[in-house]
Amino acid sequence: MYEHDVIVVGGGGAGLRAAIAAQEQGADVAIVTKLHPVRSHTGAAEGGINAALRDGDSWEDHAYDTMKGSDYLGDAPAIDTFAKTAPDEVIQLEHWGMPFSREDDGRVSQRPFGGLSFPRTTYAGAETGHHMLHTLYEQVVKRGIEVYDEWYVSNLAVTDEDDPNDRECHGVVAWDVQSGEIAGFEARDGVILATGGLGQAYDHTTNAVANTGDGVAMAYRAGVPIEDMEMIQFHPTTLPSTGVLISEGVRGEGGILYNAEGERFMFEYGYATNDGELASRDVVSRAELTEINEGRGIDDEYVYLDMRHLGEERITDRLENILHLAEDFEGVDGLEEPMPVKPGQHYAMGGVETNEFGETCVDGLYAAGECACVSLHGANRLGGNALPELIVFGALAGRHAAGEDMGEALIETGPSEELDREELGVPVGLPSEQSDTAEPAADGGEPVEDVDTRSSEEVVSDAEATEEERIETLLEREDGVNHADVRADLQTSMTENVNVFRTEAGLEQALEDIQEARERYQDVYVADKSRTFNTDLQHTIETRNLLDVAEAITMGALARDEFRGAHWRKEHQERKDDEWLKHTMVSWNDGDPELWYRPVILEGHEETYEPKNRSY
Amino acid sequence: MSTQTPETETETETEPEAESGASAAPDHQQRRMDEKRARAEARDDAAAQAATEFEGETVELKVFRYDPEVEGKEEPRFDSFTVPFEKGMTVLDALIFARDEYDSSLTFRHSCRQAVCGSDAFFINGSQQLGCQTQMGDLEWPVRVEPLPHQDVVKDLVVEMDHFYDQMESVQPFFDPDELPDGELDEQRQSRENREHIKLSTRCIWCGACMSSCNIAAGDNQYLGPAAINKAYRFYMDEREGEQKRQERLEIIEQEHGVWRCQTQFSCTEVCPKDIPLTEHIQELKREAVKENLKFW
Repeated sequence: MYEHDVIVVGGGGAGLRAAIAAQEQGADVAIVTKLHPVRSHTGAAEGGINAALRDGDSWEDHAYDTMKGSDYLGDAPAIDTFAKTAPDEVIQLEHWGMPFSREDDGRVSQRPFGGLSFPRTTYAGAETGHHMLHTLYEQVVKRGIEVYDEWYVSNLAVTDEDDPNDRECHGVVAWDVQSGEIAGFEARDGVILATGGLGQAYDHTTNAVANTGDGVAMAYRAGVPIEDMEMIQFHPTTLPSTGVLISEGVRGEGGILYNAEGERFMFEYGYATNDGELASRDVVSRAELTEINEGRGIDDEYVYLDMRHLGEERITDRLENILHLAEDFEGVDGLEEPMPVKPGQHYAMGGVETNEFGETCVDGLYAAGECACVSLHGANRLGGNALPELIVFGALAGRHAAGEDMGEALIETGPSEELDREELGVPVGLPSEQSDTAEPAADGGEPVEDVDTRSSEEVVSDAEATEEERIETLLEREDGVNHADVRADLQTSMTENVNVFRTEAGLEQALEDIQEARERYQDVYVADKSRTFNTDLQHTIETRNLLDVAEAITMGALARDEFRGAHWRKEHQERKDDEWLKHTMVSWNDGDPELWYRPVILEGHEETYEPKNRSY
Repeated sequence: MSTQTPETETETETEPEAESGASAAPDHQQRRMDEKRARAEARDDAAAQAATEFEGETVELKVFRYDPEVEGKEEPRFDSFTVPFEKGMTVLDALIFARDEYDSSLTFRHSCRQAVCGSDAFFINGSQQLGCQTQMGDLEWPVRVEPLPHQDVVKDLVVEMDHFYDQMESVQPFFDPDELPDGELDEQRQSRENREHIKLSTRCIWCGACMSSCNIAAGDNQYLGPAAINKAYRFYMDEREGEQKRQERLEIIEQEHGVWRCQTQFSCTEVCPKDIPLTEHIQELKREAVKENLKFW
C-alpha cells in the first residue's frame, strides 16, 4: 500500500494546480493519473483564460457575465469566488513562465470572447491549454511532486455508513497499467478528483478518448450526488469529420459565420442581433443547427467559419494552430478558404457536487475542474471560463485538503431529507442481477451498519481486495460481449437523442437504450488476458463509467421540462424561473438512482443576482 | 471519426424550426425544404456512388505484435489486419478499427486524436509519425506500423517512455527567474520579439519522435536528445530569466552529452510533428556556448 497526505486523481490542469497548492501548504502529495500529465486533455484547450486584469474591467463584471451565461443556474458564491481569484491565478501562471501572447508594452494580451462584456480572455496563440498544461507540469517537476503516471484509479476507498453525509474517503485503488499491479493508496488528509470530462459518452465530441467520466462515476457510486448532469455544452465550431475543436478565438478575433447562401445568419436571421458570432455558445450552436435544418447548411451538414479577411499576419500571430488543425484534420487551408464547422459535444457543466472549496459531502473527498460542479457554469459555460476554473478551484481544493482553514462554506453539499424528490416513470439503474454482485456498499451492496468501525487502512485494503476480485472476474470470463460494441451503441444513442435539440420521445428512447446497454454490459468480457498494459481491461471499466454518467445526463434532461442555457426542450420553449431555479441532483442510492433538487443560490458576496432575460 | 450521419440530425431535429419557419414565409420555406430534400436525394446517390467507388476497397495493415506474457507473442511478429478504407482515414482510425473489430488485445497509446497529447508516435512505413496526423491515403500500401525504434517495447506499439522523460526532466525544465515583480497583479514584461523567438520551441508535445529518429541518441544513451535540448533552449532564450540562471543552463547544455554530440543530420527536424526547427535550435545553442566561452578567454 502507498501512503501520502493528499492523493490527486488526474494530471490535467486542475490536478496539477491542486497538487502544487497542497504541496505549498506542506502536504506530502502524489498525483495518480491514467495518462502521463502532459497527455491530459487540458492540452487541447485553445482559446484562452478569462480574468479581469485591466482598468475598465472588474471581477464584478466577470461574475455578472458568468451568471448571465449560466442562465441563472450558477451558484453566486462559486461565481464570485471564481471571478475574484482568477486574476491572481492568471498572474501566477505568468510568473511561472507561461508563454502568453503579448502586447507591444510586454504585458499579457487579452481578446474578446463570446458572452463577455470586456475583452478579458488572456491567451497563448490558439494553444493556450497546451501552454498552461506544460507550465503547470514544469512546476510539478521543479517541486519534485511524486507522479504515478499510467496508473488507473478504478475505485475510491470510502466507508459504508448509510447516509453519504457520514461517509469518509480514505484513499483510492489503482492499477499500474504497465505491470498490472493493483495497489491501495491511502490518503491521510484527502483525495482530490480531477479526472476531467465525459465526452466519450458521445460520438461527435471534441473530447479525448481518455475523457470517460471516471471521477464523476466513482464519486457517484460512492454516494456523492452529481449535479446538473443534463447541462452539456455543444461547441459551435468543431470540424465535421472528426470533432476537432476550432477555437472561439477565431470569432473573438473577428471570424464570421455564414450559411450556404452567403448570409451572415447570426445577424440576418436575428439569433443574436447585438453580439452576432460572439453570442454565448449555446445560442450559436442552436443557430447553426437551425440553419442546417432549414436547408441553408452546406451539404445539409455544416456552416462556414471564415477568417480570411483577418489577413495572414494576424492569423499566423494569434491563430496559427487553427491553420494546422484545419489542414491536418479537414484538408482545408484557412488562409484561402472558409472552414466547415458544426456543433459538437464539448464540455460537461455538471459533475460531482462540491462547495466553493472543492469539498464533497463525503469527508476527505474533493473534486475540481470539469469533473466537479461547484456550480460555476450553471446551464451554459462561457468560452474562456474553463481554464481559470481549473486553476482557481484546483488551488482551493489543494490547499483545503492540505489543511488550510478557509472558514465556513456558503454552498451546502450532500443529500438532504428536506429537499424535493422526483419519481421517474422510466426504469433506470442497474438490472436486478447486477445489484447482487459482490460490490462494496458504496457501490451497490447493502450497508453493513450505521457506523463503519474499520481503520482507514482497512477501508483501503478492503477496497483493494474488492477491485482485485472485480478485475479477476472480468479477466476470467472466457466469452461474452466486447465493451466496444456497448460503448458504440451508447454513443450513437446519446448523439442522436440527447443532443442540442431534445425531445421527450428522444430522451425516453435514450434511457431505454442505456438500460439495454447496461444489460449487455452484464456479459462483458476482456479478451486480452495479459497483465501487461491491458487497455482492453481499462476501456471495459471506463465503459461502465460512461453508462452511469450517460444515464444521469438523460434522466436530468427528461425531468427538466424547460429551456435553460444549453438545455433545449422541444415541448418546453421557455425558461421557467418559478419552477426551475434549482439544480438537478442525482444520487446513486445503491443502484436505484434517485433525482432530487437543490435551490440555486443567487445571493453572492456583495449582491444578489436577479434573473434577467438573456439576450446577446 | 464520427459515426454521426448528417441524416440523423436533419431528420430528428428539423421539425420545430421547420414549423416556425413555415409560418413566417410559407412558400419560400416550402421551396427551400423541397430543395433540401432534392439535395439529400442527390447526395445519397453521390454517396452510394462513392461507396461503390471505394466498395470493397480495403487496406492491409501490418502491425508489430509483442507481449512478454502471452504465449505466441513473446517472440515479436507482425499481424495483418484488413481494414475497409474510407477517405480521410488516419493510421490511428485504422488501428482503432482493427482493435475494436478484430482483436481487442491490440495495444497502442492514444488520446486526443488531434496531435496535441503526443501519445501516438509510431514508426509508420519506416518513419516516425503521429498516427492521428497521418492519412492512410497518403501512404504506400500495405501500411506497416511498428513501435518507435531505439526504445524498449512494453507491448505491441507501446514503448517504454521513462528514459525520454528522464532526459526531459534533467535539463531543469522549469522557469526560474531571479526576481518577480512584487506589486499586486504585476506581470513580468516580455517583448513580442522574445515571445516569437521561443514560440516554436514551446510547441513540443513530448511525443519522442525526434529522439527515436536520432542516430546519436541511439548510440549514446546519455545524450540529452533533441527534445530535451529544445526544452533547455526554450528557457535559455527567455528574456525573463536572469543572467546567473542562463549560465547554469549553458552548463547543462554544454555538458559532455549535450549539444556538441549533435551531428546536424536533421532527422529530428524532419520527423517533428509540430515542425519545430530542432536542429537549428541546437545549432543556435552551440553558437551561444562558443560566444560565452570566448568571453571568459
